[in-house]
Amino acid sequence: MLDDLHPALSHADWAAVWLTLRLASVTTVILMFVGTPIAWWLARTRSRLKAVVGAVVALPLVLPPTVLGFYLLVTMGPFGPVGRFTQWLGIGLLPFTFPGLVVASVFYSLPFVVQPIQNAFEAIGERPLEVAATLRAGPWDRFFTVVLPLATPGFITAAILGFAHTVGEFGVVLMIGGNIPEQTRVVSVAIYDHVEALEYAEAHVLAAGMLVFSFVVLLTLYSRNNKVWK
Amino acid sequence: MTALTPAPQGGTAAGSDRPVELRMRVDWPGFVLEVDLALPGRGVTALFGHSGSGKTTLLRCIAGLERQGRGRLAFQGEVWQDSARRIFVPTHRRPLGYVFQEASLFPHLSVQKNLDYGRKRVGTEPSVSLAQAVELLGIGHLLGRLPARLSGGERQRVAIARALATSPRLLLMDEPLAALDLKRKAEILPYLERLHAELDIPVFYVSHSPDEVARLADHVVLLAEGRAVASGGLQETLARLDLPLAFSEDAGVVIAAVVATHDDNYHLSRLDFPGGNVVVARRREPIGTRLRVRVHARDVSLALERATGTSIANLLPAQVTEIADADTPAHVLVRLDAGGTPLLARITRRSLDQLGVARGKALWAQIKAVALLSD
Repeated sequence: MLDDLHPALSHADWAAVWLTLRLASVTTVILMFVGTPIAWWLARTRSRLKAVVGAVVALPLVLPPTVLGFYLLVTMGPFGPVGRFTQWLGIGLLPFTFPGLVVASVFYSLPFVVQPIQNAFEAIGERPLEVAATLRAGPWDRFFTVVLPLATPGFITAAILGFAHTVGEFGVVLMIGGNIPEQTRVVSVAIYDHVEALEYAEAHVLAAGMLVFSFVVLLTLYSRNNKVWK
Repeated sequence: MTALTPAPQGGTAAGSDRPVELRMRVDWPGFVLEVDLALPGRGVTALFGHSGSGKTTLLRCIAGLERQGRGRLAFQGEVWQDSARRIFVPTHRRPLGYVFQEASLFPHLSVQKNLDYGRKRVGTEPSVSLAQAVELLGIGHLLGRLPARLSGGERQRVAIARALATSPRLLLMDEPLAALDLKRKAEILPYLERLHAELDIPVFYVSHSPDEVARLADHVVLLAEGRAVASGGLQETLARLDLPLAFSEDAGVVIAAVVATHDDNYHLSRLDFPGGNVVVARRREPIGTRLRVRVHARDVSLALERATGTSIANLLPAQVTEIADADTPAHVLVRLDAGGTPLLARITRRSLDQLGVARGKALWAQIKAVALLSD
């Protein structure tokens, strides 16, 4: 058993690790789909709303996670608009559930995904799209055959940052998810619990794991060679 | 200076005599482009003017890349844009090829895949084969390379081949040589001339270089500050004295000539054209080849009688048709008719008075030493 190989990690801790990875994966996948059109719009639009949308997307960068968590809790709660809607749909309430955590994480990590993709789109510029249009490629065709390949480094950066940032969240999770084992108890919360209970050895193992993970992620990010076509 | 270039041979099949109707207005802060033109559906049409004259904007309107343009555009009877009827055919549905100033190859695709990109999106059987485009631009040895591994000139040749490979019915070229140094220009110009000679695709060619226009164009549209100040055949337009063209350092005419004889003793060739001939250093082209002869106004002087005892070999009887002020008060431009071929001479105002040059006067045009632009 894994528990025997890693005596310092209890079954509950392993569950927290697994839950964290699951949350980060699901969130990252959703963010790639949600973030790409937002990034495209931000990169291309000449609308005056660009600044507004850009600022909203970037809010989680500066807000205390508790603020974001608080408002999400209120909106998704039984009397909030989202809460009423989810109840009307018959799926109940989102706070203190895994889907609730995913929704919160999507908001929380949005800028980390949108901004690298937006930068990549902006770096491509109009010209390759114009060239593709003169070579008979329609709008979707241009997106998939020119934009996506040229923006690939940006997408990879976005996915790595989105994943890593979701793994590292704490405040929002605590507000929205609480501390339900195998439901909402992620690694960062588990560490907090261990420290609260003065279980420093267990806290160390999880904390060191997070430290190594984060370092490796950033190292990968910074040592990647973006000049793929040279 | 007389410059020589091989003249286009004239195409056969696809080009149409139906004109391209273009009525377009683009309103930008500080710049208005407004033209109403009927352009030929065959041969090379040069959109010529200084930077800021609107020539690139006009080309982008034709391609559908400039959505702000309002007006009407019909190509060989097909309406591509008609703002009054809310018709705007998007760029990817217009059967055109576009060569940008910078080659703009897709950096993530090999040369071969760049060529394939447009080609495989063309539904119908292409009239220009890929092999033909590759051969025409001499890029067969580059197919496996990535664009980053090509020189500037090679990239532009690939870009031209890529546009050709879609078998466009109209080829638009936006100063395809402007980003290249002289050596690269010289490398590409012969390919453009071959293209003109071997394919019957109408070309709209944006340029600010009189040399390129003289070498390539059949028809010239002269643009200045967003307006088309002239549109006509190359020879007539270059010889007009009422255009800003005449005031440039490069004022001159282009004569369509044919290689008539070679003189191997003196290493000379005689080129015939309606109204006379010129003798130039021995050309390699066989007898019968059509060549373009460029004669600058500053290289033409006038004499009342046929000069003897002069080293100037090229003397043509001509009649004065028009006299106009030149760019300096010391000079005038004289337009001549040499048996049907227009010539421009730039002489001093003093010579004008001393020789009594006036409209209708018959005299001799002396074309000074010959220099070759291309060889």
